[in-house]
Amino acid sequence: MNFAQLGLQEQGVILLAALILLSSFAMLAQSRILACIHAFAWQGVLVAAATAMIALVANQPHLYLSAILTFSLKALLIPWVLHRIVIKLEIAHEVETVVNPALVILAAAALVAFSYYIAMPVEKLSTLATRNTIAISLAVVLIGMLIMVTRRQAITQVVGFMSIENGLFYTAVVATHGMPMVVELGVAFDLLVATVIFGVFFFQIRASIDSLDVDRLSRLVETSEIDEMTVEEE
Amino acid sequence: MADLLNLQGWLLVLLQTVLFVLMAPLLTGWLRLLKAWLQNRSAPSLSQPYRNLLKLMKKEVLVAQTTTPLFRIAPYVVFATTVLTAAIIPLLTVHLPTAAIADVIVLVGFLALGRFFLALASMDAGTAFGGMGSSREMTIASLAEPAMLMAIFTITMTAQSTNISQAIDFLLGQGLVLRPSFMFALLALMLVAVAETGRVPVDNPTTHLELTMVHEAMILEYSGRHLALMEWAAQLKLMVYGVLISNIFFPWGLALDNTPHNLLLSFISLIGKLMVLSVVLALAETVLAKMRLFRVPNYLNLAFLFALLGMLSHVILEAGA
Repeated sequence: MNFAQLGLQEQGVILLAALILLSSFAMLAQSRILACIHAFAWQGVLVAAATAMIALVANQPHLYLSAILTFSLKALLIPWVLHRIVIKLEIAHEVETVVNPALVILAAAALVAFSYYIAMPVEKLSTLATRNTIAISLAVVLIGMLIMVTRRQAITQVVGFMSIENGLFYTAVVATHGMPMVVELGVAFDLLVATVIFGVFFFQIRASIDSLDVDRLSRLVETSEIDEMTVEEE
Repeated sequence: MADLLNLQGWLLVLLQTVLFVLMAPLLTGWLRLLKAWLQNRSAPSLSQPYRNLLKLMKKEVLVAQTTTPLFRIAPYVVFATTVLTAAIIPLLTVHLPTAAIADVIVLVGFLALGRFFLALASMDAGTAFGGMGSSREMTIASLAEPAMLMAIFTITMTAQSTNISQAIDFLLGQGLVLRPSFMFALLALMLVAVAETGRVPVDNPTTHLELTMVHEAMILEYSGRHLALMEWAAQLKLMVYGVLISNIFFPWGLALDNTPHNLLLSFISLIGKLMVLSVVLALAETVLAKMRLFRVPNYLNLAFLFALLGMLSHVILEAGA
């Protein structure tokens, strides 16, 4: 297949795939919580745009509905809820320290290469115009996991989790032109409920350990001992 | 090989290189004009860089007693390598005899050679500022060069040639194609260009006697015509990056044959492209503040990441199954 021979719309689909990958990297590299949430919102916009574009190219009208659902949920509603939680918890200006940012970025690049290797046999079986972007969608899933692994704040881990869901949805769209509508609606509803439950959890974690740093959960002991420990640390 | 023996071709190269060298101060003047407008200052005239160069040419050359002959040779080497770089790049027309001899890796090599002599000369006088400047310059260059080469390799993989004129020929032939790899390579090259030419987020070109300066610290000991050559070379380098970016990523308008009509058209489109590109640069310089030196590696890592993503998206998305 020669790239230059594709139509402009198909080139647009592939360009959007590259931009989605870029937004994953942006999320990974952001050390500010609000900027990370904004990057997630942009990824939602891009996934919705890519879905609409694929609907146009492949002539699959039901994907327009998925695109609208994705846009309203992942680009508007969930980022808005997360944004509100961050403001309410007063952690908007907190900077999160990622241990070795350059190494994490290189690991993410290696994950992209790995998912290319994994997706190669799948691509050979597919005849869709979007088959080359399967590797990208897998990479988005893996980078979402990497975000969850490298972050300490509960809220950025949730952003990583949502990004995995973005990647899975995008995989479904590019590999098989989307899941059945019932499944899609179910997943969307699950995600919404998950956001609400996460929100409640944030407040609970915050109330019990006075921080959203989940590393501190691992040394959770009885209250009196915690006080001693913090005294020792200081 | 027919290009090599063509007298008209060589004359055209000469003409184009002279035009390149003469236009470089104009680009700097235009950039200063734009920045002054954006920052609500009254702007210097467009010919001010020429007048500065002329003034410096007339002035006496003062050389510190501690220096070796290298100090006197360096400005000529730096200027000559930059002019040779300019001679390789297709400015108005694609088919040049020089482009047939030297490819894009030679271009990076010429720039590195110039930088090497600049760094040596700045250490030669033995002042603290000179050593500091050259160490900073080499730090930045060692990070910027891999990013630049990676971005260039992305382009050459698409065009299947490291020769700039063949690559541009190929890109002109296929018309408008939205390549994600080119988008990333463009971003990477723009970031590298800002770092390499010492523009605002990395270095401040208008600074004098400031602890954070890089390029100015290196040419602090120079005076008279030596300083003029160094400054001219810096302006030329800015133009080299500007023309490289605009003619590789937006090659439309470039003349494929050497008829006067096409050359004129190519000249007009070049002026337009450079004017737009310098608006982008002036805006960035006005909006952004200079970074701390220790954040420059992060900035160049970003450039490298863009270049790497460009290469990955070329392999994954464009090469096909």
